[in-house]
Amino acid sequence: MNKFTFRGGVHPPYNKITSNKKIEALPLPEVLYVPLSQHAGKPAKPLVKRGDVVKKGQKIGEADGFISANIHAPTSGKVKSIMEHPHPVFLENVPTVIIEADGDDTWFDGYGERKDWQERTREEIINDVKEAGIVGLGGAAFPSHVKLSPPPEKKIDTVIINGAECEPYLTADDRLMQERPEDMLWGARLIKRAVGAEKVYIAIEDNKPEAINSIQDALREFDDIELRVVKTKYPEGAEKQLIKALTGREVPRGGLPMDVGCLVHNAGTSIAIYEAVRFGKPLIERVLTLSGSGAQGKGNYLVRIGTQFSYIVEKTGGTSGDIKKIIMGGPMMGISQYSLDVPVIKGTSGILLFTSKEVKFHEPYPCIRCSRCVSVCPMGLLPLILVDLVKYGRLEIAKEQYGLLDCIECGSCAYICPSHIPHVQWIKYGKSELRRKK
Amino acid sequence: MKANERLFTISVSPHLTTEEDVKKIMWNTVISLIPPAAFGIYIFGLYSLLLIITSVVFSVLTEAVFLKARNKNWRQCFDGSAVITGILLALTLPPKFPLWGIAIGAAFAISFGKQIFGGIGQNIFNPALVGRAFLMAAFPVESTTWTAPKGVDTFTGATPLANWKFNHIMTPYKDLFLGNISGSLGETSVIAILIGGAFLLYKRYIDWRLPLSYVGTVFILGGIFWLINPHKYPDPLFHILAGGLMLGAVYMITDMVTSPITPRGRVIYGIIAGVFVILIRLFAGYPEGVMFSILLVNMIRPWIDRAIKPNILGEVKK
Repeated sequence: MNKFTFRGGVHPPYNKITSNKKIEALPLPEVLYVPLSQHAGKPAKPLVKRGDVVKKGQKIGEADGFISANIHAPTSGKVKSIMEHPHPVFLENVPTVIIEADGDDTWFDGYGERKDWQERTREEIINDVKEAGIVGLGGAAFPSHVKLSPPPEKKIDTVIINGAECEPYLTADDRLMQERPEDMLWGARLIKRAVGAEKVYIAIEDNKPEAINSIQDALREFDDIELRVVKTKYPEGAEKQLIKALTGREVPRGGLPMDVGCLVHNAGTSIAIYEAVRFGKPLIERVLTLSGSGAQGKGNYLVRIGTQFSYIVEKTGGTSGDIKKIIMGGPMMGISQYSLDVPVIKGTSGILLFTSKEVKFHEPYPCIRCSRCVSVCPMGLLPLILVDLVKYGRLEIAKEQYGLLDCIECGSCAYICPSHIPHVQWIKYGKSELRRKK
Repeated sequence: MKANERLFTISVSPHLTTEEDVKKIMWNTVISLIPPAAFGIYIFGLYSLLLIITSVVFSVLTEAVFLKARNKNWRQCFDGSAVITGILLALTLPPKFPLWGIAIGAAFAISFGKQIFGGIGQNIFNPALVGRAFLMAAFPVESTTWTAPKGVDTFTGATPLANWKFNHIMTPYKDLFLGNISGSLGETSVIAILIGGAFLLYKRYIDWRLPLSYVGTVFILGGIFWLINPHKYPDPLFHILAGGLMLGAVYMITDMVTSPITPRGRVIYGIIAGVFVILIRLFAGYPEGVMFSILLVNMIRPWIDRAIKPNILGEVKK
């Protein structure tokens, strides 16, 4: 089989130690912390107030505008309060609905299998996805219904289901593809119908032979979908890199995949879309990977949105060793946490507990211009020059001549740098300074 | 949040880094210099070892003094980069160069070639070649007094390039390749240099584009002149085997700090340097042009880096 790939990239140690660990549903916690902002775009507007009784799957936050997403109660119970609470993405506390579970876990009335789910029209599918509050589960959490509704002049011909999962440690998508291939393929088919595409590719990195086998078997029933095995290289699963690898098309600078007729959805998102269309099930739970040498119960867990990290760690056997860093997501692009008292949100693909085995603190050394950052940059940028330009405040030059805003912050440069220069930190800072000056 | 709760370290992603660091790169490069250095000591005698040691000691010492004066961590002098400069300087000098001379050269290389620009990573010119050029200007006689290798019976001790240029004597290819000839301490044996180069390539410390475009240009351009007038100009194989070309191609034009950062820029850089070698060897007063060719492209390098950029993904193709 041909293997597809892109230019640049790195090979960090993959450490997919949990790829043979079955997805396990964690018991329901007593209290859930559901932030009203779990997605790219505006936070949802709360629909409940303190003391309200809610059912599992009931909408408790309404999308505010087009680029926003609905929020639902992860279980049945009572709204204890709506207050500012720590959040795994934002450094400051954000409005969060705190729900006391009643333990019955009773579904809201709208839940149940729809007879016509296989025949649902494009408008119905998009509406189902919107109602269910589905966002990209890979980490960026962009509202999915927005991606499914491109303006009419942008014709989507190719849908790519992203099962590359190129981040080290993470195996949630891998497991979903092994355990629920049909559901994922059904999701892919529904996405295809929603945008009227001609082709659907499932992209999987070649370090997941089990997932590849499982999808290949399931594909016998889906002749409208093709499997594409991609090379194991970070960041193979980055949207622009994956599109380039599979179709040869380059998303124009500052543009979106739809500008080249492509739509990329994560494997987990595809299953969520399938569940939303078939059962009217809102996005109230997700699969995540718990890993890192500091985690006792390394594995893949199905958890409700709003479950505290600390609860997950405790229920899986606690920690081992001296935890140095806690990361939400993968080690390359994930967000480090100062505390375990943050809730799982829709974009939480993993929780990594790192000890000194994984985490090394380095004092940056002067750049020796070895240019490894240049050869690994999947966007064709010059990270060492960008760092200097940002450092000396020459942001306009960095933007106009060196593509500061094209950086996807994948971290390949900072990973490979023998001087341990934090390129991504400088580049993020440069971008935020540019925004501030506007 | 509980008052006694422990807070964890936060930092911007990525949270993994490669095991490699600058120190490893520099010290491995020092290892790669062993074959040509050892061969030099073998054919020219133990005095050559003394020369190398003196050069390294004064390089590192100068580095330490400057780091201290600049309020930096003086222990950085052991990062290996000053050791490389010291060894390289010794390898480019005649095997019987005076010790006091090389001490001055090493101090000059580190101070004026590296530290005044801001230390490691900041210098425009290859420090070892700055030192070499300084010694050539300051001590022209010592810098061009060659000795024959042990057991080789020649009366002049002239280098193959000088023999060709001034005495019209050609040295056999086999001697050029193995290195049993007169020349700078570490430049004579092509095979020893290639072994070191293979190690650097294997470690991915050097980009093959640099030596290939450099040596290739010398070969092709030298070949063109040879075809025009084979009696007047040496053949292209002689060009690439004789003198310091191989030493320069493997260890100097490939210097990370002073070479371009893009693959295309490196090819252009190597070609320009190759042209300089031929122009100097064939038409200038010196028999050898490697040192000046690299110092000259060092000067052009910032311009190449500004002009040559990779295509950004999604850039509108013109």
